[in-house]
Amino acid sequence: MIDRVRPHLVINERLIFEHSSPGKVAYQLPVLDVPAVDPAEALGTESVRAEIEDFPEVSEVEVVRHYARLSTWNYSLNTGMYPLGSCTMKYNPRVNELVARIEELAWAHPYQPEALAQGSMEIMSRLETALAEITGMDAVTLEPAAGAHGELTAILLIRAALARRGNPRKKILIPDSAHGTNPASAAIGGYAVENIKSNDAGMLDVAALEQIVNEDVAALMVTNPNTLGVFEEHIIRVAEILHAKGAFLYMDGANMNALMGIARPGDFGVDALHLNLHKTFSTPHGGGGPGAGPVAVKKTLEPFLPVPRLKQSGKKWAYDYKRKHSIGRLRAFYGNFGVMVRALAYILAHGGPGLRKVTLDAVLNANYIRKHLEPFYELPYQSPSMHEVVFSDHRQAQKGVHTGEIAKRLIDYGFHPYTVSFPLIVHGALMIEPTETETKRELDRFIQAMTAIAEEVDRDPQLVKTAPHATGTSRVDEVAAARKPVLRWKPA
Amino acid sequence: MRYLPKSDSERRQMLDAIGAGSLEELFAHLPEAVRLQRPLDLPLGISEYEIVRYFRERAAQNASGYASFLGAGVYYHFRPVLVENVVARGEFLTSYTPYQAEISQGTLTTIFEFQTMICQLTGTDVANASMYDGSTAMAEAAMMAVRATGKGRVLVARSVHPEYREVLRTYAANQGMPVEEFGYLPEMGTLDAEDLERKIDDLTAAVIVQSPNFFGAVDRVREAAEVAHRRGALLILVFTEAVSLGLLQPPAEADIVAGELQSFAIPPSYGGPFVGIIATRDRFVRQMPGRLVGQTVDTRGNRAFCLTLATREQHIRREKATSNICTNQALLALMASVFMTVYGKEGLRELAAQNLSKAHYLASKLKPRFCGKFFNEFVAQVQGKTLDQMNKALLKKKIIGGLPLQRFYPELENCVLLCATEMSRRADMDAVAEAFA
Repeated sequence: MIDRVRPHLVINERLIFEHSSPGKVAYQLPVLDVPAVDPAEALGTESVRAEIEDFPEVSEVEVVRHYARLSTWNYSLNTGMYPLGSCTMKYNPRVNELVARIEELAWAHPYQPEALAQGSMEIMSRLETALAEITGMDAVTLEPAAGAHGELTAILLIRAALARRGNPRKKILIPDSAHGTNPASAAIGGYAVENIKSNDAGMLDVAALEQIVNEDVAALMVTNPNTLGVFEEHIIRVAEILHAKGAFLYMDGANMNALMGIARPGDFGVDALHLNLHKTFSTPHGGGGPGAGPVAVKKTLEPFLPVPRLKQSGKKWAYDYKRKHSIGRLRAFYGNFGVMVRALAYILAHGGPGLRKVTLDAVLNANYIRKHLEPFYELPYQSPSMHEVVFSDHRQAQKGVHTGEIAKRLIDYGFHPYTVSFPLIVHGALMIEPTETETKRELDRFIQAMTAIAEEVDRDPQLVKTAPHATGTSRVDEVAAARKPVLRWKPA
Repeated sequence: MRYLPKSDSERRQMLDAIGAGSLEELFAHLPEAVRLQRPLDLPLGISEYEIVRYFRERAAQNASGYASFLGAGVYYHFRPVLVENVVARGEFLTSYTPYQAEISQGTLTTIFEFQTMICQLTGTDVANASMYDGSTAMAEAAMMAVRATGKGRVLVARSVHPEYREVLRTYAANQGMPVEEFGYLPEMGTLDAEDLERKIDDLTAAVIVQSPNFFGAVDRVREAAEVAHRRGALLILVFTEAVSLGLLQPPAEADIVAGELQSFAIPPSYGGPFVGIIATRDRFVRQMPGRLVGQTVDTRGNRAFCLTLATREQHIRREKATSNICTNQALLALMASVFMTVYGKEGLRELAAQNLSKAHYLASKLKPRFCGKFFNEFVAQVQGKTLDQMNKALLKKKIIGGLPLQRFYPELENCVLLCATEMSRRADMDAVAEAFA
């Protein structure tokens, strides 16, 4: 018997503006303990606004119900598995939420005197040290706010190092399997992008790379394991080729979940990489953020790291703002501190051996899925899988059913879809990453669902093409949304 | 390890199914030379109790129980209880980016409401789903202005947050986007429009001003806009204190608004995570960075929402995208939404008025360094003693005084930026005044 979705209590809910009526309030301020100032007098009549037109006027009960009802329209990790390739949607430990909310951490002001922020600084330093050990790198900056921000930071570091040698160079090489943020970050860093093709094994073509790398190349941006979930077996040779021409090897660390305690980028020739604390290190995704994208580098790039840097003076932590070669600031203050607290809590909970177990189980789960789904879905690359596996819809497409539709049908079985149509080198890709925090039973349910859908494609393709059927909201018209954009509510 | 939900016998069953002898065998294809030959040099994993104790010990090394008059881009406002109530719901906390609209209507609807409230608040036509923070939003707004005008030069007022200006320089450095600064009036603390007039030229893409500015002063946005528009440049208005918008005229002259919403129920959290926004006029929507949610219908004809205009974004356009941003700050945007909903039309105005009154009370006891109009922050100069002496005296009374400004503005020796909000108590303000005397 296959578990499927059954309808549950889902209440229709209007927009908050449609609950509004004049005079309703959900707040109360204390009585002012100082003389009231007349805004027109203090600010000038011309600077004082009229009322905020159409802003909500609702009661406290309505606020609670509104958001509670809307929340029931969301799928979440709390309710089930996210087999989203390259996203590492793992369990978010609850103790991390608790410690991030401790008053003196959550309410610390970034400009409070350093002597009164030693606890925060110690946490940051400890996280830097742990991430350097996990990645085999020499120094870490915690400043970048997300993965793409980390990529940009690393590109700027490489640019600064090359410029200091006399020539920042012109281009960045990016495999055709890379995430879209890689070329976008390279472009903001002032580089032209040159795509390089993967070989038949889904890996970097070393011979081709050797041909391309010259004194115009600043760096190669590689994801390892790459977006096919395949480990770049020639990575040491790749690093040698780049280093021989004075270029750098940058690694997108989105897939670090496959390597912890097994292999370290710093040991296989990587000069800079970013990590996603909201992937590998379990901080919650929050419906699209916040994340954090620390960057770890080798000694050669350390002088260029963003300001400020933590430094120890005596037994106290202090900030070093005077760093001659620094690329400057990537954001105000020190980064997403609240996310760092959660990530450190995660690392402390596991310890070294625990992190290695994370990786072992993550790879076990992906290979278990691969083994069971291989009879039903085309596996375009036979190379061994690490933490994720990429199938194609080749067989189902012959029945007119494509990966996006299979993904929507998965919703009816109670799962979030896998990553659709990515990486670009696989036509009609189904990219599946279970992570280590799924039970065997949940994995078996997922396999059953995927198997059942493959059979449905043979028997009743239309059923799959019109999915999802069990959701409160049926297939959404995204084309209409883009054609005539309605991006805000207005009164009728 | 308590977060790993499998027993060893289940692992064994799974390995048997795969046909592998051991977990290590799954890594056999990794070349010997890349494999770590020793355990990670990290301590053993610890229990929940020990984790909580570790962080409580660290917290005890931070300020505890102090009254604070710090602002400067991060503000102490009361956080309505409902905010935590909403964002602690796992359905919001643990959900993914809402690409799959059919099972993400909760998040999508809240973002649509967020975009709407930001437009109402700033008097703009369209707002995005969020940026990392105010500082990166400002840099992205400058890049957006460059795309929209086809020109490259950016002029930024020195009365804009100093760290925001540093971020702008980092972003601009490699994009053929020269950044220059124009000054402020030494008596008023507001931007020097004549200096702007001298420095602007026809190659200028954007003029960036902040209001209330870094000194807390309501800045001369209209004058700056007039100069910018006359030379074909866009006016970017930055704000760091969103509560000010409860009282202050929204920036009708601005082409792009870039702001920070930390004031809206986001804990200071030692500087992040926060949430930035970019809002603009309809005609610039396709130049905007970041995610946007739009309204549409499902196949049953019901109103529904989805991410839209993705052809601006990196996952479609790659190196030609309007920005490299991917993950943004959705959960923080949700906090801000709940805050705006709780305070609402009347409440935000009353809250802003309380901030205004408190700051003016404090200012009435000191001598503000500038004579411009201000909202809830102002600059004061210490006389007859050093800033260090005064702040130390305050710390003894468990009060963190304002931010010394000399680090950012060498000319503002012995000056401090003070902020008072609805959470500042009269007795503490009197103590600050006493320390100044």
